[in-house]
Amino acid sequence: MRKYALFLGCTVPVRAQHYELSARNCAKELNIEFAEMASASCCGFPLKAVDAETALLLAARNLSIASKMNLNVVTLCNSCTAMLSDAQMQLKNKEFYKKYKELGFSYPHEVIVKHFVRMLYEDIGIDAIKKIIKKPLSSLKVIAHYGCHYMRPSQLYGFDNPEVPHTFDELIRTTGAQSVEYVDKKMCCGGSVLGIDEKLAVTMANHKLHIAKNNGADAVISICPFCTVMYEDNQRKAEEQFETQYGIPVLYYPQLLGLSFGLDKNAVGMRFNRVRPEALLEKIG
Amino acid sequence: MIDLKNADPNFKYEIIKQEGGEGLLKCFGCSDCAASCPVRYFDERYNPRKIIRLTLLGMKKEVLSSPFLWFCAHCHACTERCPQGIMVAELINAIKNYAVTQGYCPEGYKVQLDLLKKLGRLYEVEDFDLKKRQRLGLPPIDKTIPEVAKILEHTGIEKVVKK
Repeated sequence: MRKYALFLGCTVPVRAQHYELSARNCAKELNIEFAEMASASCCGFPLKAVDAETALLLAARNLSIASKMNLNVVTLCNSCTAMLSDAQMQLKNKEFYKKYKELGFSYPHEVIVKHFVRMLYEDIGIDAIKKIIKKPLSSLKVIAHYGCHYMRPSQLYGFDNPEVPHTFDELIRTTGAQSVEYVDKKMCCGGSVLGIDEKLAVTMANHKLHIAKNNGADAVISICPFCTVMYEDNQRKAEEQFETQYGIPVLYYPQLLGLSFGLDKNAVGMRFNRVRPEALLEKIG
Repeated sequence: MIDLKNADPNFKYEIIKQEGGEGLLKCFGCSDCAASCPVRYFDERYNPRKIIRLTLLGMKKEVLSSPFLWFCAHCHACTERCPQGIMVAELINAIKNYAVTQGYCPEGYKVQLDLLKKLGRLYEVEDFDLKKRQRLGLPPIDKTIPEVAKILEHTGIEKVVKK
C-alpha cells in the first residue's frame, strides 16, 4: 500500500466535494492510503501576486505538516501543486530556509509534491490501473483539460511535455473513453483573470467549450477546481456572452476513473455536477 | 507616446530585487512571450513584452498604474518559450509585487488577504459544509487556521498593502 498526505486546499473541501470523494474512492480501489493534514491552510497561491514570499511561507508551512508525518504530498488542485512545489524548491535556498525557521517551522524530511493525476501516472502506472477497470467507458468521447499548473513551468516540474502534453490523455484513454486530440490543448481556462476582468475570463473559457462542442464531446474532463469553476459554473455566462448553447458536463478525472472502476455514480458524486450529466450516464449504461 | 523625460533609471533595479524579478535584464525584446500569451490572444490590451520593455526603460508610473499588469493569468506559456530562459510569468509577478508596495493593489486581492487572515483559507467553512462532508463520509476539516495570521504578521504584508 502506498501512503500520501492529502492536501485539500481551499476550494475542494467546501466547493468540490465530488472531486475529493471520487479521488478518495478511486484511491481505495488502487490500494492508496491518504493521511489527513491537520491544520493545513490555503496553499498561498492567492497571495502570490501580492507578495510571493508570504505566499511561499504559507506553502512551506503546509509542507512542514507533511514533513513531520514523513509523507509525500498529493494535491487535487493545479495551483496548489505549483505553489507547494515552488516552496519545496525554495526550502533548499538557505535564505528562504532561514526565514522559514524564524517562524518556528521544521522540515525534518524532504517532501515531494505531486498532483493526484501525476501520482497515478508515475507512481501507480497505467498498467496497474488498467487491471482494475471493470466497465470500459468506450461509448464516451471527451476533451482533456490539463490546466496550466499541471505541467508548467517545466523548470518546476520536469514532467510531461509543456507544449504538447500527453499523460492525462493516456490516463483518460485507460478508462476506455476516447480523448479527443485538438489544437490549443494547453489553453488556460481564464480563472486567474476572473477577479480582474470577468468578460475576458469567460472569453478564455469559451474557447475550449467551443472546441468541445465542435468535437461532439460528451464532457470536459478537469483536474483542477478553479478550471472547473470556469468551464462549469461560468458555462451559462459563456452561453450568454456568445449566444450559443453548450450543456457540456464537466467531470473531474477521478469521477470518470471511478465510473470505469464500476463504482456507483453516488460514490463519485455525480449528483454534484452542476451541468447535469444524465445523458452521459445513460450513454455508459 | 513614451516620454523618457519621466523615466526612472533605477526602476529596473528595484524589480530585480523582487522575488522572481532576477531575469529582467536578459530580455532582448523578441516578443515570444506576447506571441505565446493566451490572454493576449483574446485581448491585445495585455502585452507582456510591452510591460517588460517599459520596465527596462524606467517608465515606472505607466507600468505600476496600468490595470493591464493584472491581466497576466500566470499560466507560464511565456516561460516555456522565452529564448533567454526568463521565467516571464514570475517576472510579471515580481512587477505586481512591487506595484503592491507602491500602493497599487487591486481590491480583490485585499479581500483575499483579509479572508486569509481571518480564516486561513479562502472560503468560510460553515456548519452546513461540515455536515455535508460528514454525510458524504469525508473527514472533518479545520474551520480556521490561526497560524496563517501569524505568517502575515511576520512578513508585514498587511501594512504594505494598506500603505
